[in-house]
Amino acid sequence: MTILKYHQMLINKEISALELTNLYYDHIEKNDEQIGAYITLCKEQAMNMANRAQEKINNQQATYLTGIPMAIKDNICTKDIKTTCGSKILENFIPPYNATVVEKLNSQEAIILGKVNLDEFAMGGSTENSYFHKTTNPYDNTKVPGGSSGGSAACVASDMAVYALGSDTGGSIRQPAAFCGIVGLKPTYGTISRNGLVAFASSLDQIGPLTKTVEDAGLVLNGIAGIDKFDSTSSNSGISDYTVNMKNDVKNKKLALPKNYLASGLAPDVKQSILQAIKVYEKMGVTVEEVDLQFTDYAIAAYYIISSAEASSNLARYDGVKYGYRSENFNNLLELYKNSRSEGFGEEVKRRIMLGTYVLSSGYYDAYYKKALQVRTLIKGEFDKLFETYDGIIGPTAPTTAYGIGEKTDDPLEMYLGDIYTVSVNIAGLPAISIPCGFDSQKLPIGLQLIGKAFDETTLLQLAYAYEQEVAK
Amino acid sequence: MKYEVVMGLEIHIELATNTKIFCTCTTAFGGEVNTHCCPICTGMPGTLPVMNRKVVDFAIKAGLATNCTIANFSKMDRKNYFYPDLPKAYQVSQFDLPICEKGYIDIEVNGQTKRIGITRIHMEEDAGKLIHDEGGTGSLIDYNRCGVPLIEIVSEPDLRSAEEAKIYVEKIRSIMQYIGISDCKMQEGSLRADVNLSVRPMGQVAFGTRTEMKNLNSFKSILRAALHEEKRQIKEIENGNIIVQETRRWDDDLGKSFSMRSKEEAHDYRYFPAPDLVPIKVSDEEIISFKNSLPELPQARINRYINDYKLPEYDAKILTNSKDIADFFEEAIKYDVPPKKVSNYIMGNVRKLMNINNDEVPPFTGEQLAMVIKLVSKGTISSNMASKVIGFMYEDPKNPLLIVKEKNLGAMNDEGALIKIIDEVISQNQQSVDDYQQGKKKAIGFLVGQVMKQTKGKANPQTVNKMLVEKINNLK
Ligand SMILES: [Zn+2]
Repeated sequence: MTILKYHQMLINKEISALELTNLYYDHIEKNDEQIGAYITLCKEQAMNMANRAQEKINNQQATYLTGIPMAIKDNICTKDIKTTCGSKILENFIPPYNATVVEKLNSQEAIILGKVNLDEFAMGGSTENSYFHKTTNPYDNTKVPGGSSGGSAACVASDMAVYALGSDTGGSIRQPAAFCGIVGLKPTYGTISRNGLVAFASSLDQIGPLTKTVEDAGLVLNGIAGIDKFDSTSSNSGISDYTVNMKNDVKNKKLALPKNYLASGLAPDVKQSILQAIKVYEKMGVTVEEVDLQFTDYAIAAYYIISSAEASSNLARYDGVKYGYRSENFNNLLELYKNSRSEGFGEEVKRRIMLGTYVLSSGYYDAYYKKALQVRTLIKGEFDKLFETYDGIIGPTAPTTAYGIGEKTDDPLEMYLGDIYTVSVNIAGLPAISIPCGFDSQKLPIGLQLIGKAFDETTLLQLAYAYEQEVAK
Repeated sequence: MKYEVVMGLEIHIELATNTKIFCTCTTAFGGEVNTHCCPICTGMPGTLPVMNRKVVDFAIKAGLATNCTIANFSKMDRKNYFYPDLPKAYQVSQFDLPICEKGYIDIEVNGQTKRIGITRIHMEEDAGKLIHDEGGTGSLIDYNRCGVPLIEIVSEPDLRSAEEAKIYVEKIRSIMQYIGISDCKMQEGSLRADVNLSVRPMGQVAFGTRTEMKNLNSFKSILRAALHEEKRQIKEIENGNIIVQETRRWDDDLGKSFSMRSKEEAHDYRYFPAPDLVPIKVSDEEIISFKNSLPELPQARINRYINDYKLPEYDAKILTNSKDIADFFEEAIKYDVPPKKVSNYIMGNVRKLMNINNDEVPPFTGEQLAMVIKLVSKGTISSNMASKVIGFMYEDPKNPLLIVKEKNLGAMNDEGALIKIIDEVISQNQQSVDDYQQGKKKAIGFLVGQVMKQTKGKANPQTVNKMLVEKINNLK
């Protein structure tokens, strides 16, 4: 069930906000033992909110998000509700303030059911790096849900929330959306305030919705986007309704298909589905042309350098002094730092902190970090050029479908390659969406990625919606 | 061998903005521990900095007042290091693109003007303060100062003596006070200096190895630390040792410096562009308008004092050294007292008391000083008594007339009583009277002194002098 449908039911008094909230807690009770999407449930707050929501509905002041039960990735700060980032180091962190997106949801009486699982500090692509527990894929519980917003994707796919918020630094919304067969939107950098999103890589992080339909993604974006005085990197796109052009005809739109997106490394079933999707677009009168994107090959390297560099600095504050876990085992300041961090962080996080520290060190800065920034400029330039001609870029979201739990945990490099289609989008700050486009031979969902021009989510949603409707016929 | 000392200074100045650099917390000094902070300035996970534009404005003013080029485009960077007073474990500062560069100021050294280059001025945030728990087992942290905006003014290695360094800091301080971007209260830590110092044999072009002494927060400690370090380095060299590039900590109580860390142990700060802050853009039009709105700088005031108030250059320079004092002077002369008289009192009595009490401004107003001067000119008190009144006024800044009454400091205008004392002094000091009569005119000074002593200074010395002369002449 979608936001739109529940909204209509609420307005027509076919269901109350409280009943709806209870219904979702029932879903959670039945399914979450198997899936493991939630870290923290906040039933009491949710019930109170449901009552407030009902009042708004009764007073005909409801927005689309009023009274709709949803989940929030556990790296987005919620006042008085634990925000763990999937890490031992923040296991007991209770923020004294709400993220801007949470304030916006509260002001519309959205029902926050709880906080959902993620890879520790959003670093990973399988949600296996969570300190608390693993989350399984609702389509096959031996498979990963993707990551890092694996909890967000799994809870939406298994209907334990109508929608969820995730964060996307290198594909963390889109890839789990693809693995779990739902819609995941990573907006343009700056569209949604990052205030209250615990930083992984500040210049790449962006909050976005994981929903069941494209239209829902637009509705959530309407509710949470906008410039924020607490985030100087946020922008005013000037768009008040992202769904306004969504249902317009896409005839004569032009899509680019980067040749290397279909090159080796792409699973045959995924490739087949993407080619099929291209045919669907062509049938709707969209032109799809092959193009060369030469710098994309450097995107993964640049991404891991930039994101790890920023992470090494962002995560330095968890040193046992003011924030997070403090080791009991120390005799001096240096030991306090070393032991708190060694005991508090997981393997993947430590790996990235070390990588990031290394690439920023004097003597290595120019060879790594500075080079990565140059690559970033080149990638941006290449995309800008493409968007002079095309309305969007089409390709797969991930090279494979969901893989088995534990299958790639010993090979981080292999895991990093799973980000090949998603990271360049973050590097260039562009919006992109993953929408379901069929299943592989194992009946696992496949995701189609569309990349749009900066601050043109409207066209992106229009292209995605057209495909979604066309294949549903 | 003769040596030459080479110094460059990094001066950290706390800006007098109402709010912190990245949040809306107050910058007020003092305050209950950890009450001037919020999730942003304490680096709470998820929070973001937002630049206080006032900080940029103040930094631009500082740059313009020191003849710097203002960057149209600059950015903030993160300086990463672990220390408990730094809750984010990085300081937001500026690395390769500072807001101001390539300036200078002129200082007066032994009557000569010397130009000191300013390499750069950049903006950054202050850290918190560690409070070492006396008797306890650990340290506590006060985050009130965390996020207070600072500028760091980096000089070229143009200073050649500890005295020059002191004069340079005084001049910088005075300029910053004039443009109103900082109160520069050294005892509150709003002006701190790092001294980079090396020595070289006189005539050698290449610099010697330098050391850095951090966080000197008084003129006295800058002077002492620099002199001490100069001597220490020369001694090391003369003993055949080499100078190690290192950071040293100056202990003002012991009058010694100690090695903190060598170059090898120096932090690798891993600077990189602060991703949460947008680049700072300043247009040429803005720079011009800042230039036009700069207040009167010390040199302009010096000229005005010389031309309008007919003060000697010496007086004008000393008075304008501190904006507070110059303002105090200007307030006093509003009350129709001769500027030179005001200047004399400030440079004499007032300055002496300020030095003793380590104050930057006197506790009383310019108006009160003007009242004292008027009491003298009206003959209500003697000029000797004026110093006493100022002394009392310094302790308790009351109306000077009230002090005169309370302490019975009024001039001795009772001629009868005065004549009696004069007669006594003449009869007891026949030798001096004879000397005077035989043409040793100076002898009268001694007699005046005796009378003043008898009257406990309350008599007007001019009157006493006149009466004594008359009396002695009548003796003939
Ligand atoms: Zn604050």
